[in-house]
Amino acid sequence: MTAEHPPTLEISELTVALPHGGDRPHAIENLSFTIHKGQTLCVVGESGSGKSVTATAVMGLLPKELKVSAGTISLRGESLLTMKKSRLRALQGQAMSMVFQEPMTALNPVMKCGEQLDELLRKHTSWRGAQRRQAMLDIMQRVRLPDPERIMRSYPHQLSGGQRQRIVIAMAMILRPDLVICDEPTTALDVTTQKEILDLLNELKREHGVAILFITHDMSVVSEIADKILVMRLGKVVEYGTRDQVLGAPAAEYTRMLLDAVPSMTPPPPRSLDGQPARLRGVQVCKSYESRSLFGRGKSTVALHNADVVVHRGETVGIVGESGSGKSTFARCLVRLIQPSAGEVHWSDHSGTVEVAAKSQRQLRCVRDRIQIIFQDPNRSLNPRQKVGESIIEGALNFGMRRDEALQLARELIAKVRLPVEALERYPNQFSGGQRQRIAIARALACKPQVLVADEAVSALDVSVQAQIMTLLRDIQQELGLGMLFITHDLRVAAQLCDRVIVMHQSRIVEQGLTAELYANPENDYTRKLLNAAPRMSTFAQPLN
Amino acid sequence: MPTLHRLWGNLAFRFGIVVLCVLTLIAIAAPYLDTVDPAALDYSLINRPAGEQVTFTFPDGNSVQHTLWMGSDSYGRDIYSRVIYGTRISLLVALCVAAIAVTIGMLLGVLAGFVARLDAIIMRTMDGLMAFPSILLAIALVAALGAQLWTVIVAVAIPEIPRVVRLVRSMVLTLREEPFVEAAIALATPTSTILSRHILPNAVAPLIVQGTFIAASAVLTEAALSFLGLGLPPDIPTWGNIMAEGRVQFSQYPGNVMFPALFLVPTILAINLLGDGMRDALDPKFAKKTG
Repeated sequence: MTAEHPPTLEISELTVALPHGGDRPHAIENLSFTIHKGQTLCVVGESGSGKSVTATAVMGLLPKELKVSAGTISLRGESLLTMKKSRLRALQGQAMSMVFQEPMTALNPVMKCGEQLDELLRKHTSWRGAQRRQAMLDIMQRVRLPDPERIMRSYPHQLSGGQRQRIVIAMAMILRPDLVICDEPTTALDVTTQKEILDLLNELKREHGVAILFITHDMSVVSEIADKILVMRLGKVVEYGTRDQVLGAPAAEYTRMLLDAVPSMTPPPPRSLDGQPARLRGVQVCKSYESRSLFGRGKSTVALHNADVVVHRGETVGIVGESGSGKSTFARCLVRLIQPSAGEVHWSDHSGTVEVAAKSQRQLRCVRDRIQIIFQDPNRSLNPRQKVGESIIEGALNFGMRRDEALQLARELIAKVRLPVEALERYPNQFSGGQRQRIAIARALACKPQVLVADEAVSALDVSVQAQIMTLLRDIQQELGLGMLFITHDLRVAAQLCDRVIVMHQSRIVEQGLTAELYANPENDYTRKLLNAAPRMSTFAQPLN
Repeated sequence: MPTLHRLWGNLAFRFGIVVLCVLTLIAIAAPYLDTVDPAALDYSLINRPAGEQVTFTFPDGNSVQHTLWMGSDSYGRDIYSRVIYGTRISLLVALCVAAIAVTIGMLLGVLAGFVARLDAIIMRTMDGLMAFPSILLAIALVAALGAQLWTVIVAVAIPEIPRVVRLVRSMVLTLREEPFVEAAIALATPTSTILSRHILPNAVAPLIVQGTFIAASAVLTEAALSFLGLGLPPDIPTWGNIMAEGRVQFSQYPGNVMFPALFLVPTILAINLLGDGMRDALDPKFAKKTG
C-alpha cells in the first residue's frame, strides 16, 4: 500500500452504458475504487445492482451489448481498456483470473481436471511436463484437495461441488495472478463447504498477497472476508469504505437496510402453541428409488429413511439440511407429489383425518385443498402463458367455487400478499422474483389449506425481499392459523421463522427440537458442524486477524 | 404484441413470409394470371420456346390468343399455366402434411410423455418408422393406397410423424417436472386440464417451428414422388410432374425443368427461412440478451 507501488486494480469513474430501451441508461455509473496487494474488496448488492457487470468489465468479458462509455480500469498501472487485444489476453489468466458461481459450468465437462489445469500452464508458460505436473500437484495441495493424483484423473462430474470449486480456484491461482475476481463463488455451495472455501480464500490472500475482488449479495459472507466494502444499488455506488466503517457504522440508509435484512441466528422467544390439533403428520416415511439394469438386478437408492414429522395448527416446523439430505424428498412425499415407498402420511382438518400415503392421484384430488406447496424458483413456479388471475383461481375452481366468487377471492388474496389488484390481469414475466413468490403464495392460499409447505421458498430471493416474504408468511400464518412446514438450507431463516426444527443429513433425521434449545445446545455432531458453519454477522466489529 | 414485433424484426422471417404470401396469392389467383387450362393439349404447339405468341386451340375446338411465357412441353401444354396451377398443389400438400403430422405427432407425443404404459409402445413404433428411409416409405404407401391427392398427402405425412412425437414427448417430459405443473397437481387440477392448460401452451412455439420445417420437406418429397412418377397422376399439374416430363429432353428444352425449379427453390427457401426466423424469435435461448 505504499506510494511507489500502484494499486493492483484501480477503477476510476467507470460508466458502462446499457443498450437503449432498458429500464435504466447505465449498467454501472461513475464507479471508482482501488484494491491493493493482499486486500479483499467486496462488492455487495442485490440483483440488478451491476456488481457482476463490474467483474466482467475488469476481465474484459463484457457482453457485446454493453459498452464502456467513460472511465478507466488499470491493473498494476496498466490501462486495460486501451491495451491491445493480445496483451489483454495474456493478462487474462496470468495477471488476473476469475472464479465463477457455478463450478460445474465453469469447468469443461468432457475434460479431466488435470488436463484443464495443464492446458492453462501450456498456454501461459514454457514449462516442461514435469515442471507443469509439479506445479499442478502443488496448487492442489494448496487448495486442500485430497488425493491430487486421483482428482487430476477425474472428470468434473465425479467430484463434489466443493471439490469442483476448489479446482476452479486452483485454476485461478495456479499462474499466481495479482488479482482474483470471485463472482458469488460460494452461493451455489452448502454452508459447511462455503465456510471452507471462504477460509481458503482468506488464506491464499494472506500467503500469496493476491488482491481479491469478491462479488456477493450476502452481507454475512462479506463480514467474513472483506477488508474493504463497496455497496452498489442500481448501478450506483451507495457506500465505499473499510470493513469496519461500513459494517460497524454504515452511513447510507440502504446499507443499514441490507444489514438489518440479514436474519439473525438467534431465534425469537418461543410462541405458546399448546393444545393445537395436528394438521399434518408423517410417520416413518421412506422413499427409495429402484433402478433396474438390463439384466434385472435391481439397485435401490434410499432418498429418505424413516422420517417422522407433526405440524400443528398455527405452528411452523423447519426442516434444515444441506443439498442431498433428503429434505425436499420428504416435503414432496408429504404433499404427495411423489409416492412414499413406506410409511403413513395423514392430512387433517376440522372434519377429520385422511391417510394419503398410498392413495392414487385421482383419489387424492378431493382432499388436496388441505395442503399446499410453494417452490423455490419464482421464475418457474408460475405458468408463463397464464394470466396471474387465472393461476390464482385455479385451485378454488377445482374445489367447486363459482367463477365470480373465485375472482372475488383472488382480489382479496392479491391484496393480502400486498400486490395491486391490476396484477391479476398481467402475465408472470411482468413481475420480479419477489412479486412472483407473492403470487405463488396467493395461489396456494386460494383453496384455503390447513398446511402450507414452503420448499426453499425464500432462497432464491434478495435479502431485502427475503425479509419481506418471511414477514408476509408469518402474518398470513397468524391470521389463518396455518400449519407451516418450512424447508430451507439457511439456518438463519429457520431460526427466525420456525417453532421447531428438524435437522436432516444423508436421508435421515439426525436431530429435532424446539428452535431455541436446538440452536443453544445441539446434541448431534452434524448439527453442531452445521451451526458453526453458518456465517454470522456478530463478528463484524473485530478486525480480521 | 411484443412477439409479433420481434418476429417482424427478424429478416429471415420477413423474407419468408413475404415470399409465401406472394405464392399464396399466385395460387389463389391462378385462373386470372393469363393462364389457360393446364391440362389442355394443343398438338400443334409442341416444344415451343418461351415467350412465343400463339393461338392456343383447346381440344373442344375453341381457341384463344396466348403467350407461352415459359414455352410448351412435348404434349403441347402451356408450361407457365402448369407451373402456376402447380403452386396450388405444392402449397396444399405443404399445409396439409404439416397439419396432419403435427396433430397426430402431438397427440402421440403427449400420450407417450404422460402415460407411462404407452410410452414404450409408441416410441418403439416410432423408432420402427424412422428406420425406413422416408421416401421409400412414402413410395410404398402410395403404391399400396393408389395415387390420389389425399393418399400422397398421407404418404408424405406419415414419415414425418416420428420427429414430431419425439419433440413433443421430450418437451412433455421436461415440462411435467416444472414447479408450475407440480403446483397444479397440488391444486387438484385434473390431468387433462394440466395437459391442455399448462403443458401444451408451453410447447406450442417449438411445434410451430417444427411444423414449418415439415412443410418445407413435404414440398420436396411431393415433388420427388411426382418426379419419380409415383406421385399425383400426370393430368394434375405439379412441379414434380412437370420436371419429370421435361427430364427426357432436358438437353434440347431445359425450360421444362428450369421453370418449375425456379418456383420450387424459393418456396423451400422461404418456408425454411420462416421456420428459422420463428425459432430465433420465439426461442428465448436464441433471443439476444439485453442488460
